[in-house]
Amino acid sequence: MTNTWQDIKNANVVIVMGGNAAEAHPCGFKWVIEAKIENGAKLVVVDPRFTRTASVADYYAPIRPGTDIAFLSGVIRYLLENDKIQHEYVRSYTNASLIVKDGFGFEDGLFTGYNEETRSYDKTTWDYDIGEDGFARIDDTWQDPRCVINLLKKHVSRYTPEMVSRITGTPQDKFLHVCELIASTSAPDKAMTSLFALGWTQHSVGAQNIRNMAMVQLLLGNIGVAGGGMNALRGHSNIQGLTDVGLLSNQMPGYMNLPSDKETNFDVYMSTRGFKPLRPNQISYYQNTRKLFVSFMKALYGDAATQENNWAFDWLPKLDIPLYDIIKAFEMMNAGQMTGYICQGFNPLQAFPDRGKIRRGLSKLKFLVTMDPLDTETSRFWQDFGPQNPADSAKIQTEVFQLPVTCFAEENGSLVNSARWLQWHWKAAEGPGIARSDIWIMSGIFHRLRELYRKEGGAFPDPLLNVTWKYTDPLSPDPEELAKEMNGRALADLTDATTGAVTTAGTLLDGVAQLRDDGTSAAGCWSFAGCFTEKRNQMARRDATDPREQGIAPNWAWAWPANRRILYNRASADPAGKPWNPAKPIIAWNGTRWAGIDVPDYTPTLDPAKGASPFIMNDEGLGRLFARKLMAEGPFPEHYEPMESPVENVLHPKVKNNPAARVFADDRANFGNPKNFPYVATTYRLTEHFHFWTKHALINAILQPEEFVEVGEVLAKEKGIEQGGWVKVSSKRGEVVCKAYVTKRIKPLMVDGKHTHVIGVPLHWGFTGQARKGYGANTLTPSVGDANTQTPEFKAFLVNIEKTSAPVPA
Amino acid sequence: MSDLQSQDYVRRSASTMTPPKARSYEDQVAKLIDVSRCIGCKACQSACMEWNNLRQEVGHFEGSYQNPNDLSPDVWTLMRFAEYENEHGNLEWLIRKDGCMHCEDPGCLKACPSPGAIVQYANGIVDFISDKCIGCGYCVKGCPFDIPRISKTDHKSYKCTLCSDRVSVGLEPACVKACPTGAIMFGAKSDMKDWAQERIVDLKSRGFENAGLYDPQAVGGTHVMYVLHHADKPSLYSGLPDKPQISPVVEAWKGIIKPLAVAGVVLAALSGFFHWITAGPNEVTEEDEAEGERVLDEAEKTP
Repeated sequence: MTNTWQDIKNANVVIVMGGNAAEAHPCGFKWVIEAKIENGAKLVVVDPRFTRTASVADYYAPIRPGTDIAFLSGVIRYLLENDKIQHEYVRSYTNASLIVKDGFGFEDGLFTGYNEETRSYDKTTWDYDIGEDGFARIDDTWQDPRCVINLLKKHVSRYTPEMVSRITGTPQDKFLHVCELIASTSAPDKAMTSLFALGWTQHSVGAQNIRNMAMVQLLLGNIGVAGGGMNALRGHSNIQGLTDVGLLSNQMPGYMNLPSDKETNFDVYMSTRGFKPLRPNQISYYQNTRKLFVSFMKALYGDAATQENNWAFDWLPKLDIPLYDIIKAFEMMNAGQMTGYICQGFNPLQAFPDRGKIRRGLSKLKFLVTMDPLDTETSRFWQDFGPQNPADSAKIQTEVFQLPVTCFAEENGSLVNSARWLQWHWKAAEGPGIARSDIWIMSGIFHRLRELYRKEGGAFPDPLLNVTWKYTDPLSPDPEELAKEMNGRALADLTDATTGAVTTAGTLLDGVAQLRDDGTSAAGCWSFAGCFTEKRNQMARRDATDPREQGIAPNWAWAWPANRRILYNRASADPAGKPWNPAKPIIAWNGTRWAGIDVPDYTPTLDPAKGASPFIMNDEGLGRLFARKLMAEGPFPEHYEPMESPVENVLHPKVKNNPAARVFADDRANFGNPKNFPYVATTYRLTEHFHFWTKHALINAILQPEEFVEVGEVLAKEKGIEQGGWVKVSSKRGEVVCKAYVTKRIKPLMVDGKHTHVIGVPLHWGFTGQARKGYGANTLTPSVGDANTQTPEFKAFLVNIEKTSAPVPA
Repeated sequence: MSDLQSQDYVRRSASTMTPPKARSYEDQVAKLIDVSRCIGCKACQSACMEWNNLRQEVGHFEGSYQNPNDLSPDVWTLMRFAEYENEHGNLEWLIRKDGCMHCEDPGCLKACPSPGAIVQYANGIVDFISDKCIGCGYCVKGCPFDIPRISKTDHKSYKCTLCSDRVSVGLEPACVKACPTGAIMFGAKSDMKDWAQERIVDLKSRGFENAGLYDPQAVGGTHVMYVLHHADKPSLYSGLPDKPQISPVVEAWKGIIKPLAVAGVVLAALSGFFHWITAGPNEVTEEDEAEGERVLDEAEKTP
């Protein structure tokens, strides 16, 4: 979230699209209700189904799964055509005026630089026109046709209300009514908040869905302000923390990227991470990257990371492909290239696409280690559970080590919530039986591996042998010690350049400003610096005082970065430093410094007259309507059909799907076509359950006991499906036999002149736990991910449905 | 059932004894369920199961999010889901938390023939005192809202207690505490009515012209009230009675038949007395004794 849960109450319009906040985040949803009751907010829901969120909405519009970009590009067109943008904000705070390089273009569904063979782009032209002074050229008058705003206008001109409706199936009048509600927040003192979740990420164009709404929010002046923002509602306890500390194959803590194998030395690595300002007087925060990186390496390798060995750069793994995500991992398992798998806090047999492929992959492993508090399906993949998990155990040679671990309530630690708050929690009970903490198990594995390398050597033992491991109990580091390590310490006396204050060697850092690039500071995760200081564990604070009752309680827990609650909050004030909305100010320039209820996302004493723009993490200081080279499939979002789609791409038939999506050959062969699989399916959660965990709890199992799919009344009638009757839902990859919920909440959509039916597939049931056995939604889903993140396309694919009888138990 | 004592009673089933009403200075309480802010998450159901330690068996999917499928001796509150297409052709998903309404004039209590099995406290809560319940099911007939359920195991009647045990020590009912959106409120009935009026003004401003409070006067008002978007059509909400009233049979039982029945009982006693005076006591024959033994034996053999 750019903002916080509590801040939702300040919104004038709440749009829930690409998520189902009431269903999946019922506790946080109280702030939406608060916005409605206390702030007179309107709640707008755009979703293929009439959801629990829609049940309390002021306005609902249906949409075909996987067509959000067409919808949102139509919204942008509407805003530009009807002059419903926050002009001063757009001119001063976005890259609307910047001029794009000659040679950049878009034709027939492709941006310039496409290579069909590699399914990727040469992005050279996706950038600003850089002048001789090294700065991006600009035209404040917006006359130059190559200004970002003019290129954007041209790009979205195709998304007329007629076209939007033709693609999305949203009736034109409903689309236009949503546009009106959104446009109402272009007034400087009005704000809209966008609440989204996996309804946007789980698409082959997931990241672009989100970018598209971010652009809408920039045009409306809704980023950085109270009641505004782009608010990703994280669906998994501490999934925010997972990304923060970089638990992805291509990441390091604090969103730093691992080097690629082309970055053969430290200088090459740093050469693309200098981030020199692209406009005069800009802050361009990532100029500090060297400090962040070196401090991380010092935390990892301690004394072994030195200036001489380039802070141990050579010991980092170098990626030969963009990332080793889970889809790739299972592809490799199936090809026999990955023979062992440690599966920590993860249940891929339920959670990842094409369950059949997952099961086949696991069956080819030499060993599988699972670490989980629950008896997961993945741990039992080899066991025959009847039609829901048919397995011939005798033929499976995988050795499975099932390690029970403690859960969050059985250990101290911190969880990072959607609002980036690190909240400390305390152990409430001992773990049951022989359960051990993840830390204990990982430490054990580490020590044994290191011992093997010590004794037997190996191809490249240095990265493991040199890791620093200075904990009181090396076999079980204390969560507080780990938290302090992430916060960081001074390794020598550090003197502040402006104040002259000295941080003594060995003490904990107060914040990221103390990081150095000369090896005198260490920080395991730079963005967490300040969470655990000499004063106290800041994450353990529980003071709910909210000075303006505006949803900002600065002494409750600790938010990254720098305890800042609202990102880009400099943009809540006009260029002179006066709040756009005087009723809900966040920070303001008082003549000498920035003051207010939040930590400024800006240099605290920087005079606004100096002209530094609010988006300090970007080299040009501006919010990007044009993403430069950062996205895989283009600097503007473009509508591409889901990989499995019932219709052609009416905008550019030759380029139907995301041209930059990575698709493995066997997965492509497993895509279905609309002839055999004529209906669009989408998967989702229900309030009664959390993923595949709570079916292990009796009360949750009672509240939602059995697998079902949701089918509209029209389709049910067509197919003779009865309310609560058995159906078989099939895709090219497998079939699910379960009950049908025949509902008015899903209506056929008129897409390009044809009725299109949507089938809803809740995902909670498996074959372990207390609820009734189910096949699992991922039996049906296609194995393809977003082109940038490889998040699987669970939200739009093709199926067929037939009436059937109950499955025969084995 | 709470551990409140008889001095809390203001009404007591099948009893001519006037309750002491020692605590009638207490505020009347009410639970206000604002249907317009309810998201049907079932946290209330879950909290009810937790607090009262009730676990219905794991059921089946039966064509709705509604689970378990009905109220039962182990299910005292239940979200009911209704899909409704309004006059503009737009869908509304009307979700209502069902359970005992705690009527001011409780039909169950009126119908109950077992002295003290159903009581009403000074704060308005209607409670079942299980020890005194004889499982006759009259309360089921007496309830205008179809709430009480008779257990097949112990043949006693059960329903929501409005957490009388929590309320008696100053806590809100468990469902109120658990509700994440504040759709369930609890407090003095007068406060709840005031708050409801504010909500109704908001709903009217959002186009629900018939928004209103459900506090049916035919049962003297209720201690569980709803804010409804369509107060003119309560039955849209999974059959919430448009005009709830205590069954005429029950009213008749209390109004006319009961005095007659009492007269009948008195008459029978009198005639017995005169029979004894005039003909002496009835003697039990040996055949009667043997028959009695046989019936008892048989009853014991039957499981």
